[in-house]
Amino acid sequence: MNIADYPFHDWLPMVFLGLMGLSALIYVVLDGFDLGVGLLSPCVDEHDRGLMIASIGPFWDANETWLVLAVGLLLVAFPVAHGAILSALYLPVLFMLVGLMLRGVAFEFRAKGPASQKRQWDRAFFAGSLMASLSQGYMLGKYIIGLQTGLYASLFALLVAVCITAAYGLVGACWLIAKTENDLQRRAVLWAKRLLAGTAVGMLAVSVATPWVSSRVFDAWFSFPNIIVLAPIPLASISLVLGLHYFLRFLPSATDDHRWVPFTLTVGLFLLAFSGLAYSFFPYVVPEQYTVWEAAAARESLGIILVGTLITLPMIVGYSIFAYRVFRGKATLLSYS
Amino acid sequence: MDAELLARIQFAANISFHILFPTITIALGWVLLYFRVQSNRTGDAGWMQAYRFWVKVFALSFGLGVVSGITMSFQFGTNWPGYMETVGNIAGPLLGYEVLTAFFLEAGFLGIMLFGATRVSTRVHTLATFLVAFGTTLSAFWIIVLNSWMHTPVGFEMRDGVAFATDWMAIIFNPSMPYRFVHTLIASGLTVSFLLAGISALRWLWKDKSLGIRKSLRTGVYLAAALIPVQILVGDLHGLNTLEYQPAKVAAMEANWETGGNVPLVLFAIPDETTRENKFEISIPNGASLILTHSAEGVIPGLNDFLTAEGVVLHPPVAPVFFGFRVMVGIGMLMLLVSYKVTLTLYRHGEPKRWEAMVLVGMTFSGWVATLAGWYVTEIGRQPWIVTGVLDTGSAAADHPVPILGLSLATYLIVYIGLLAAYIGTLWHMAKNAANSDEAKELDPGQFKGAVARALS
Repeated sequence: MNIADYPFHDWLPMVFLGLMGLSALIYVVLDGFDLGVGLLSPCVDEHDRGLMIASIGPFWDANETWLVLAVGLLLVAFPVAHGAILSALYLPVLFMLVGLMLRGVAFEFRAKGPASQKRQWDRAFFAGSLMASLSQGYMLGKYIIGLQTGLYASLFALLVAVCITAAYGLVGACWLIAKTENDLQRRAVLWAKRLLAGTAVGMLAVSVATPWVSSRVFDAWFSFPNIIVLAPIPLASISLVLGLHYFLRFLPSATDDHRWVPFTLTVGLFLLAFSGLAYSFFPYVVPEQYTVWEAAAARESLGIILVGTLITLPMIVGYSIFAYRVFRGKATLLSYS
Repeated sequence: MDAELLARIQFAANISFHILFPTITIALGWVLLYFRVQSNRTGDAGWMQAYRFWVKVFALSFGLGVVSGITMSFQFGTNWPGYMETVGNIAGPLLGYEVLTAFFLEAGFLGIMLFGATRVSTRVHTLATFLVAFGTTLSAFWIIVLNSWMHTPVGFEMRDGVAFATDWMAIIFNPSMPYRFVHTLIASGLTVSFLLAGISALRWLWKDKSLGIRKSLRTGVYLAAALIPVQILVGDLHGLNTLEYQPAKVAAMEANWETGGNVPLVLFAIPDETTRENKFEISIPNGASLILTHSAEGVIPGLNDFLTAEGVVLHPPVAPVFFGFRVMVGIGMLMLLVSYKVTLTLYRHGEPKRWEAMVLVGMTFSGWVATLAGWYVTEIGRQPWIVTGVLDTGSAAADHPVPILGLSLATYLIVYIGLLAAYIGTLWHMAKNAANSDEAKELDPGQFKGAVARALS
């Protein structure tokens, strides 16, 4: 299909693709740092682990809801794609769900159960975060290569799994730089430096591999004039990586003024990676199988959901920001009183 | 075992595990709001003690509800693609509205409700508690709307085998929705009141005489006594609604094989679908006719009407529906007896007798059993349909290989059993901790009288 043939006048499916992408991006950033904190949690002693978990405790429920919204939008707006993608990814989905369950309940059980079981739930917290990160990366990898099966597809997906895990660790470390102090903050800077390297290698590998496995993606990027118009995406990504690498050398600073800079730069990096992927796959919802228009549900139903979305989404964003503001500042151990 | 059966067991396991926690959080949210408002109003320390203990139970239950709910949102696509392909145009917007209006609301304000008491004003904290309670209830509303529509579908037309909405108000306010919604909300209220009463009674038996425990115990017992008669009435109305729209389900609930009048109320039997008769039946003559039609001659539909000439069974499996219904009603009756007996004692003596406290402990999770039994009646009672008259369950299932389904089912079961054990163990541990805390020390009689006077004022 040529771009001139796309039925752009049929705009509702595009809007929903955009909303779904937005939810997925918000999820990856927000639960990305939750999962990243989980991945880093075994590296510290019990007191610091308590602080790390306290830094995400009030937010993780709401953050995970963005995954429900993204999957929910896929389900309601593109039911055929939901079936095709999730059936093909049956086992990694199962693996992820078990991970998310372990991670989620560990928050509660470690704090409320008997002290003798706390270490065990801390391990479950780490294991759950690791399972969820790896399987999300694995699924992204499988999605990128069009849900193919076979040894090479699995190896590629494993590569993406490791990269996504590194990226979650990076954004988690950057969150901790902003939310913690003293020794824990210094260690977070160290983690961020190491994980930035892993993330950069991963992004490079995906950028090289994707056009290599798909001629459509190759043409979309390397034909003229696309290659010039699109050049800012990789160039900006490289600048961000180098900028973050340089900036981390000066942290933590005495005044702590720039504590949010690494997190912001990392979110920028996520945004660029996301735009690159989104551009590569448009207009497909299931790579090489269903376009956004083919997979969309009845336009009447989409219209009904859109009305609700336009009313509620600004409110959701509003009270989410409010909740983050209530718990602004450095993390302290949580208490119910 | 075939793939469809495995997929059904897996869905049943997922949703049975999930429902346990919303059943607690829906009503517990409102109970917490009540504690919070009473604390604001009276300044009595007992209300805040009760709030602080039960908000932890809420957090624990909410966490389990969230993680098991996420599993549900994936199940539709992974195991039941035919469902969304056929009725996705109706189910989709309802599920979408659930996430957008309710799920985010409860999750968004939960953090402030749990950990924000010292960071925001009392008013904002009370508002956050209200919004979480409102969110859980709204969430239940959308889910019950969709579930009820699957039982009594209206407001749509079929085009090329796909359902398209024609009247959204008719879809939302479908014939069984009001009954099912109210019945489910009260079920949640009863589950929470027996949980409150049971755990408070346990702490009472452990010599916890704090103000908070007295308030939790009273709230639980009185709430149960207030709700159970209403629930029996609503349940009866719900049954009449089912008789009108899903006669096969009522026939299975009553284990009535032949349509006719003077149908007895079967107290016990073993329904046998191969010989199509009841074994070991104990029944009250004309009972079912009287209850369902208010007349001894009233005609009750029979299961044999839902058997085609070719022998295709179009009614639900009889035994699970029959027994599920009796378990639910039996627990309801027990709830009625216990809540009234203990209410009377509390009214007269201010504290429960030892054996009453032990009965309450035994009934801590009775709401769960009744709720699950009730859901099994209504959901199995809808079979062989996934959407009554529109889509049969077999056509909606995905054709995954049996070993894959077996693996996922086994994984879920192991995780769920482990989590359930951890949940109950943690509740026990929390109760023990609270009973051993300073708050739990017995008050001298003067202090106690003052506290009671304040509580009653």
